[in-house]
Amino acid sequence: MKHEFIEKNVGLLAIFIIIAISFGGLAQITPLIFQKEVNEPVDTLVPYTALEMEGRDIYIREGCHVCHSQMIRPFRAETERYGHYSVAGESVWEHPFLWGSKRTGPDLARVGGRYSDAWHEVHLINPRDVVPQSNMPGFPWLATNLLTGEDTARKLEIFNMLTKGNGHVDENGVMQPIYTEADIAGAKAAVEGKTEMQALIAYLQSLGHAFK
Amino acid sequence: MSIFWTLWITVITLIVIIGCAVLLKLTNKNDTGVKEGEPMPHSFDGIQELNNPLPKWWVGLFWFSITIALIYSFAFPSYTANWNGLLNWTSADKNIKSQAESDQLAETSNSQYQREMNAAEAKYGEIFKQLAYQPSGEYKDIDVIAKDPEAVKVGQRLFLQNCAQCHGSDARGSKGFPNLADNDWLYGGEPLAIKETIMKGRVGAMPAWKDILGEQGVTEVTSYVLQLSGRRVNALEAQAGEERFVMCAACHGADGKGLTEFGAPNLTDKIWLYGGSRKAVEDTINNGRNGVMPAWSDVLGEDKIQLISAYVYSLSQEK
Repeated sequence: MKHEFIEKNVGLLAIFIIIAISFGGLAQITPLIFQKEVNEPVDTLVPYTALEMEGRDIYIREGCHVCHSQMIRPFRAETERYGHYSVAGESVWEHPFLWGSKRTGPDLARVGGRYSDAWHEVHLINPRDVVPQSNMPGFPWLATNLLTGEDTARKLEIFNMLTKGNGHVDENGVMQPIYTEADIAGAKAAVEGKTEMQALIAYLQSLGHAFK
Repeated sequence: MSIFWTLWITVITLIVIIGCAVLLKLTNKNDTGVKEGEPMPHSFDGIQELNNPLPKWWVGLFWFSITIALIYSFAFPSYTANWNGLLNWTSADKNIKSQAESDQLAETSNSQYQREMNAAEAKYGEIFKQLAYQPSGEYKDIDVIAKDPEAVKVGQRLFLQNCAQCHGSDARGSKGFPNLADNDWLYGGEPLAIKETIMKGRVGAMPAWKDILGEQGVTEVTSYVLQLSGRRVNALEAQAGEERFVMCAACHGADGKGLTEFGAPNLTDKIWLYGGSRKAVEDTINNGRNGVMPAWSDVLGEDKIQLISAYVYSLSQEK
C-alpha cells in the first residue's frame, strides 16, 4: 500500500491510528482485568452499609472526588501523612472507583476514624470554623436534606450484581454476595429520615478501614 | 500470571517495538524515483517540494528511543508479573491481603518503597532515639522530653500535621475542640494522661437531660451552673438548680469541679468547651455532649505520640 494512498484517505488513516493506539491498551490494560490482585478483595474488606452507600452517592453528587483523591501512592512522603499505600484489593467493590486524579484537598483514602463525627459536621458546614486557611467550600444543605431511602435497597442489589464473582469466600469455599437478603430488606429503614450529613460522615468514617 | 498473558504482552510489545523499527527503515527508503535533493514532480500553488531525506538527528532519536525501549523493557518488570526484570525492581508489595501480611513482607522486601522507608528509618530513627529514648532503651519521661527544645519542635511539627485540624495550629482549639494550652484538662493533664488520650482516644459521655429535667429543670440547673463560675443569675432558680445538681454531681463532683475519670469538665473555671452563654449551656444540658477524640496509636505509633505528648504537655508549663 502506498503511503500516498493512506494520506489521502482520512477514514483509513483514522482506522490505522486507532489500531496503532490500541496496542498500548491491549498490552497494558487487558491482562490486568484478569489478574487475581484486582479481582480478589483484601481479607478485611467489608462492604458499605446502607447509610455509607448513600453517603458515597452524596460524595459523588457533590463532586468531592474532583478535589480529593482516594489513592495513596507507595511513597514515604504519602504514607507518612495518609497511612498505608492503597492496594487494588481494596477497590474491587468500587463501582465506579473514586481514586480521583487531583488533590486540591488532602487524600481521603484512609480518613476514616481520624476525626470525630462532630468535627466532620462542623467542617462540612463551614470548613473555616476548624481549619482557618481552608479553601474548601461549605456544604450546609447536607445537614437539612433528608434521605428517603427509596432507592437504597435497589442500590445494594445492583452492587451485588456488580461485584458478582469478586466476593469473600466462606469456609466451605462458596463465594458470598457482599449484601445478604437481610441487608437489602433492611436498607430503607436504615437510612430513612437520616440527614445527608449523617450519610456522608458515615461514608467518610468507613474509608480505609482495610489497612489499619 | 499465566503463560497466556505473559505471551500476550510479550508478543504485542515486541511487535510494536520491532514494527516501529521496520516502519522507520521503510520511511527512510527513497522509492519516489526522484534523486535526493531534486524537486518532486508536483507543485502546489507554485510551491515546489524537494525530495529531502528525513533529518539525520531526528531519525537518530527514533533509533535511540527504540534501543532504550528494548533495554528498559528487560531491565524492569514488563512482560510478566512473575519476573522483576534484570534489575530485580518492584515499586511496592501490592499483592497483599492484610496489614499483617504487609508488616511481614516489610521485613524482607526489597521494593523501592521499602528501601525508601528503611533509609528514612536509619536516618530519622536515630534522631527519634536521641529525643525520645534513654540510653537504656526505655522512653524518657514526657516531662523530661518537654524541656528539650529540639524534641518539642519535632513534637510541634507532628502536632501541626496531625492534630491542628481540630485543636488549631496554636493548640487553642475552638468550640467543641479543647484548648490544650490553658492547663484545663478534661481527662487530666499529667504527662501519662495526655499520652493515654492520644494513644487510645476518648469518648465524652454527657447524657441528654431534656426529658428527665424538663424545661423548668434545665433552666434552673443552668442558672446554678452559671452561678458556679460567678455569674449573676436569678437566685431562686439557682437554689432550685442546686438541689437538682445532685444528679450532675455524679460526674462533675459535688463542688462542680469535674472529675477527670469521666472526662467531666470543671464547671467553676469559666472555661467553656461548648460556649458559656446561657443558650449554649442550656443546649448542652438539654441534648448532652459526646465529644470524641480519635485514637492515634495505629496511625502514628507510640514513638511519635511520645513527642506529641511532650509538646502538648509543654504548652501548659511555665516557660
